[in-house]
Amino acid sequence: MNEEPLLQIKNLKKYFVVQRSFFGRPISVLKAVDDISLDIYKGECFGLVGESGSGKSTIGKMITNIYSPTEGSIIYNGKDLTKMKKNERRNYCKEIQLIFQDPYASLNPRMTVGEIIAEPIKINKLLPSSKIESRVSYLLDCVGLAGNYRNRYAHEFSGGQRQRVGIARALALNPKIIVCDEPVSALDVSIQAQVINLLSDFKKEFGLTYIFIAHGLNVVKHISDRIGVMYLGKIMEITDKKTLYDRPIHPYTQALLSSIPVTDPTLKKERIRLEGDIPSPIDPPKGCHFCTRCFKAFEGCSEQQPPLAEVEKNHFVACRLYEK
Amino acid sequence: MLLEVNGLKTEFFTKKGTVKAVRNISFGLAKGEILAIVGESGSGKSVTSLSVMGLIDYPGKIVGGEVVFKGKNLLKATKRELQKIRGDQISMIFQEPMTSLNPVQKIRDQLLESIKVHMKLSKKDALLRAIEVLKLVEIPSPKTRINDYPHQMSGGMRQRVMIAMALSCHPEILIADEPTTALDVTIQAQILDLLYDLRKKIGMAILLITHDLGVVAETADRIIVMYCGRIVEEALVKDLFATPRHPYTIGLLESIPKLNEDRKRLYMIKGVVPDPFSIPKGCSFSDRCEHCMEKCKHNVPALIQSGNQKVRCFLYGDALEEKNE
Repeated sequence: MNEEPLLQIKNLKKYFVVQRSFFGRPISVLKAVDDISLDIYKGECFGLVGESGSGKSTIGKMITNIYSPTEGSIIYNGKDLTKMKKNERRNYCKEIQLIFQDPYASLNPRMTVGEIIAEPIKINKLLPSSKIESRVSYLLDCVGLAGNYRNRYAHEFSGGQRQRVGIARALALNPKIIVCDEPVSALDVSIQAQVINLLSDFKKEFGLTYIFIAHGLNVVKHISDRIGVMYLGKIMEITDKKTLYDRPIHPYTQALLSSIPVTDPTLKKERIRLEGDIPSPIDPPKGCHFCTRCFKAFEGCSEQQPPLAEVEKNHFVACRLYEK
Repeated sequence: MLLEVNGLKTEFFTKKGTVKAVRNISFGLAKGEILAIVGESGSGKSVTSLSVMGLIDYPGKIVGGEVVFKGKNLLKATKRELQKIRGDQISMIFQEPMTSLNPVQKIRDQLLESIKVHMKLSKKDALLRAIEVLKLVEIPSPKTRINDYPHQMSGGMRQRVMIAMALSCHPEILIADEPTTALDVTIQAQILDLLYDLRKKIGMAILLITHDLGVVAETADRIIVMYCGRIVEEALVKDLFATPRHPYTIGLLESIPKLNEDRKRLYMIKGVVPDPFSIPKGCSFSDRCEHCMEKCKHNVPALIQSGNQKVRCFLYGDALEEKNE
């Protein structure tokens, strides 16, 4: 992984103004993503985990141009996407696609599945209209919906099948990167496995790069190569999955990992029990955002935000315990 | 047995036809025990718990069986008698705490409601009891939080309030329908610990409805696996996770990514849960099963004893289910 990153996120910020004064000055601001930098390499699957309100989905939405960042840059193939004109950006957007969480809300109920998958191809004028039909059949075939499914409407499908349609739609434009925003959390366990296997097959087959956003840590661990752990708009720890699960060093990662229920009743592990709730992202704690719930917090934690530092090779952590 | 369910059948009469949501289910719940019912969507696990509480409404109907609580059949009880038991001796918590709390009422009034109905306490004592249960579920500064509205609380707090409400009248059975599904993992861990501690402290039995086998492994004593309205396997938790018997249970366990091992591919159960109107004639799992034999397609196997466990599969015996569904 010594090559140039395919996608580079630099000091990315997204602030939402929650309340404005009478004259339009922002009074309270929600810092959904607060100064995050990431490198994503070609062919890898980068997992982003975090609890609700951590800003993981907001990053995904900025990469796919649904939100425009407040500050910072997203560099894809050496070009800064945030500084592009609209037309120019559209060309690049083709190469970065998104799979949504809720397969019930993300498919238009008035369109047949064939139309849903053909739509991005038509809009981007990727193929002459005579060839669209065969492309749609091919894509449906890929996701395991061969046969006469293309004339059916979304409501005729089960959750797992809808998610397959969503995947086919994302693949329609031959993307390089797919942002998967909680693609399996709405599905049953037996269906989850099918969709995860499908995604890992496509990664090899089409040479895709994934940004996999989820809160289910076991799922993320299965599919990802490297993982970033987020908490209240900040990245707490980034490393490859093996190191993260074997030797997590940030207290939050440790607590998060220990609170996953394990399907083995004989394994009575010591659970690190976090006190309290996740603070509101509108008014996060001063200093390290995690300091109010941290079981290793000391005095300095609430004063200064720790920077994300490399403590060993390819293992980054933002915690004052490991500051040099 | 504190609660005994015998041959329970619940059906929904819809325009498209009859859906047999729960098909002849029997189980018992002992005092102080945590029994988990596990299944995917459409397996009938929630309908089972609602039937126990007598909360099935049109177009659904309990068409057979009995629910015996302390020697009394709840299905034959009058509305009055049921109301006395519900919320007092058997209480229930639901998945989404926001939709089950009243948004325009203070926590205080909602808590006091069930205490007023079931316990003969003076206003002052009722309030003290309400604060006491909030303390029990570990809500910080309960005396001030009791005057909050639900929207002022976080998801985890709301679920604690729900639990407090359910516990306010010393119930003997708590039915928890997916109590942690809507919560984050660190909060889920808190709530599960709380339920586990409360069971020890108060000695109540818990019927835990969930789809998460990890949650079951960490909290429950006994487990029932349901598929398409039938029990397919019943065992002690330690036995089930060590030696799962039914192909569906095995498949479910295999298809969950494990934290402590690395695999290239996940095991997949092929196909999808069948449509409730077209469940296979024989064993409901036959169309997805790897070990499907000819007889599986035509006959329904009985729930038979196999070692310490009960399993409904022809791989472990030839007994047929009686035809009374």
